[in-house]
Amino acid sequence: MTDDPLDQLQAALKRQTPAPSDTARDAALRAAAENFSAQSQGSADLVRQTPNRPETRAGIWTGVLTMLSNLTQPRVLMGTSALATLAIAVVLTQNFGDYGQTGVVPVSEEVVGQQSRGVAAPAPALTDELAESARVDALEDLRNENQPLRQNGAERLRSLDDGRTRGAAEQTENRGAQGQVDRAESKVSEFILGPNEVLQTGPELSAEPMFTAPPEPVFIAPESDTEAYPDATPNPLKVTADKPVSTFSIDVDTASYALIRQSLNNGVLPPRQAVRIEEMVNYFDYNYPAPDGAEVPFRTSVSVAPTPWNEDTQLLHIGIQGYDIAPADRPPLNLVFLIDTSGSMNDPKKLPLLIQSFKLLLSTLSEDDSVAIVTYAGSAGMALEPTPATESAKILQSLERLSAGGSTAGQQGLQQAYALAAQMSDEGEVSRVILATDGDFNVGISDPEALKDYIAEQRDSGTYLSVLGFGRGNYDDATLQSLAQNGNGTAAYIDTLAEAQKVLVEDVAGSLFPIAGDVKIQIEFNPAQISEYRLIGHETRTLNREDFNNDAVDAGEIGAGHQVTALYEITPKGSAAERVSDLRYGQATEAAADPSEEYAFLKLRYKRPGEARSQLIETPVAPDRQDIAATETGFAAAIAGFGMLLRGEALPGWSYGDARALAAGSRGEDAFGYRSEVLSLMRIAGAID
Amino acid sequence: MGRVQLGMKMEPSDASLVVLAQAGDARAFGTLVARHYDMVFRLGWRMLGDRAEAEDLAQDVCASLPGKLSGFRAEARFSTWLHRVVVNAARDRVRRHASHARAAQGWGEVELARRAEDAQAADGQAWLIQAMTALPPELRETVALVLGEDLTHAQAADVLEVSEGTISWRMSETRRRLREIAEEERA
Repeated sequence: MTDDPLDQLQAALKRQTPAPSDTARDAALRAAAENFSAQSQGSADLVRQTPNRPETRAGIWTGVLTMLSNLTQPRVLMGTSALATLAIAVVLTQNFGDYGQTGVVPVSEEVVGQQSRGVAAPAPALTDELAESARVDALEDLRNENQPLRQNGAERLRSLDDGRTRGAAEQTENRGAQGQVDRAESKVSEFILGPNEVLQTGPELSAEPMFTAPPEPVFIAPESDTEAYPDATPNPLKVTADKPVSTFSIDVDTASYALIRQSLNNGVLPPRQAVRIEEMVNYFDYNYPAPDGAEVPFRTSVSVAPTPWNEDTQLLHIGIQGYDIAPADRPPLNLVFLIDTSGSMNDPKKLPLLIQSFKLLLSTLSEDDSVAIVTYAGSAGMALEPTPATESAKILQSLERLSAGGSTAGQQGLQQAYALAAQMSDEGEVSRVILATDGDFNVGISDPEALKDYIAEQRDSGTYLSVLGFGRGNYDDATLQSLAQNGNGTAAYIDTLAEAQKVLVEDVAGSLFPIAGDVKIQIEFNPAQISEYRLIGHETRTLNREDFNNDAVDAGEIGAGHQVTALYEITPKGSAAERVSDLRYGQATEAAADPSEEYAFLKLRYKRPGEARSQLIETPVAPDRQDIAATETGFAAAIAGFGMLLRGEALPGWSYGDARALAAGSRGEDAFGYRSEVLSLMRIAGAID
Repeated sequence: MGRVQLGMKMEPSDASLVVLAQAGDARAFGTLVARHYDMVFRLGWRMLGDRAEAEDLAQDVCASLPGKLSGFRAEARFSTWLHRVVVNAARDRVRRHASHARAAQGWGEVELARRAEDAQAADGQAWLIQAMTALPPELRETVALVLGEDLTHAQAADVLEVSEGTISWRMSETRRRLREIAEEERA
């Protein structure tokens, strides 16, 4: 073998590439032949497949996929992933009460074994792979179905009831089809946003880390829930002696925070059942110690800190920081958003999604980057002069102001965008025009060839073009594809926020690779030290205790640089805060309690990308464990308390003002102003509550 | 790809098959697809790293060919055009259908199991997975074409519709990254 790694790679590629199976080959050739004859007979619909566009699925997506996707309702073509995923997360929350009652979720904690839920043994056979992708497909459809709920906060709220019903129906159906709800949930993790990818500001949804909590059998009604909100059941208090183990999968979502923000900014308290604390907590970045290297792709930090709202309990703060593969040593980036605001963009799946998508991108930019916005409709115009990416308020404002109308003067807009990009570009910087359109690029292009040449010319001068397609109907794939190709950029179709996340954050702002998959966390509390605990938030997600060691049970992924936060409120043995008194006759079962000082033992399982076997990291939690800076635990606690107040939980002697004071004192660096923003929300909440 | 050009007793060339297929000749079309299926699958696998995904991709590509073929112009080589179709389909698949997570997860899982008994092969496999997952998508697809399909830089540039210089840069970037990985391992 030579020294050249390329030779090595080539040898490996050639050696390892499997031969195609005859069955697959035959099936493909048959499909080709069938379509060929169908086309010859003039069945144009069947033929006009650009194979991987969503709308083609019904036509050509063969076999199981078609079958499974047909199981679900007609899709609202808003898309896959985060948006939709958020929807299902909400719906699940809404249904949590029913869910528990129907006894679907709870599985006895004592049953420890390899029982997986709806997932067959992890045989890597082709059929399983197919089944898996079919399953995912079905789940995507399921999410799609819930999509509209997420479209915007207000609309969502109005349709909450409706969605709940539908969601419940679908859950049932899906469960039947083995699309296991928890699998759906764990798939959410595909859309983890990293610490730098916080979808901030704006009333939209964002996707961000959240955890999954085990909806373990509900054994006690939460005393704190004084009002009848059947759906808003907080995670119940657990008695350590009964249930020493709490298991959850890593998961990501921040929709709740965006919703809360929107609601409060409108001067209204958010509906209690819309408040999900883990989503609020995970909306923010925390300064956790970084992993040492890629070998163990993330680092678990644990701190035990006082509970701000209860002096008799403590908060166990768990922070997981993913390894950042590509530290931001990239050159400064100049982005010119060229946004189609023509009349055809006036569709929830187009302009609003586009604006959200750009916000997503915006949140990944650093101080050195700058952004400008050019719009084109009847005429092209600059909507935002070149602005440093840190001035997010200004950029977002101009994004919010965009509205659709008029026809499309694409070429003019493109020229203006390029001119602006050239103006912004300094030596050593990267400039990129990001064209966002539904492909209605017809007005103003007298000569498509000339336009392509123009783009190619610009490419050679260093400005690349990426094209983002939105919506359907007159989406013109071919034009956009060719524009992008000529611009050395990518053309991508964005139908959901998650898609935007992938395309914009990963392709434009840098590559993103999952550093660990199926990340599950299990905490075993020591009954000798901790009498009660509860996981704050995380009502919607669960793993059963036995799933922890079952590698076939899917769980969340962590991407490069991502982080996840979870909080437990724990009650030390003998504390005045104990709410459940000891059983007179129940003590014998505690014999195994570890008399050591340890509060808990944290076990974390993950798989490296591409590996089937999981790795285990174990972390004992001593009472004085303090891996995380006090500003971070304090801020997280303030957010958690804020969320509890918004949920109407009684925190005697603790108010929005206290939350605000704690948050203000724990703001830390806050380069992008996320933490500051919440202070004003806390003030508003305090004023209107 | 060294396809034998049209001759008296030789196999018909791609170009002639395309012409016939475009005119509605099902046998010509079938021959064309059968001839290239393996390439489609291989390239798909090299971009996606997963057998099932690659087989799905190949099937989708084949199934879409009747429709796409009408858009094929004789000014390009058929194989170049088909490479491009596969690359685009794989990109779409990675983006839309299989999430990056699944795709990356897929990279090698099946193969790993298949070769578990052969330690040396598994080593090579692990290295390949590591290398491929460490490369960003554009390098991965360039590698798949240049190293996997033995395209010249110019041909790969044609397929990916970038300049030849871009391909050369990407290959040297790939080399650099692979070296980095190797160094990290030694460290």
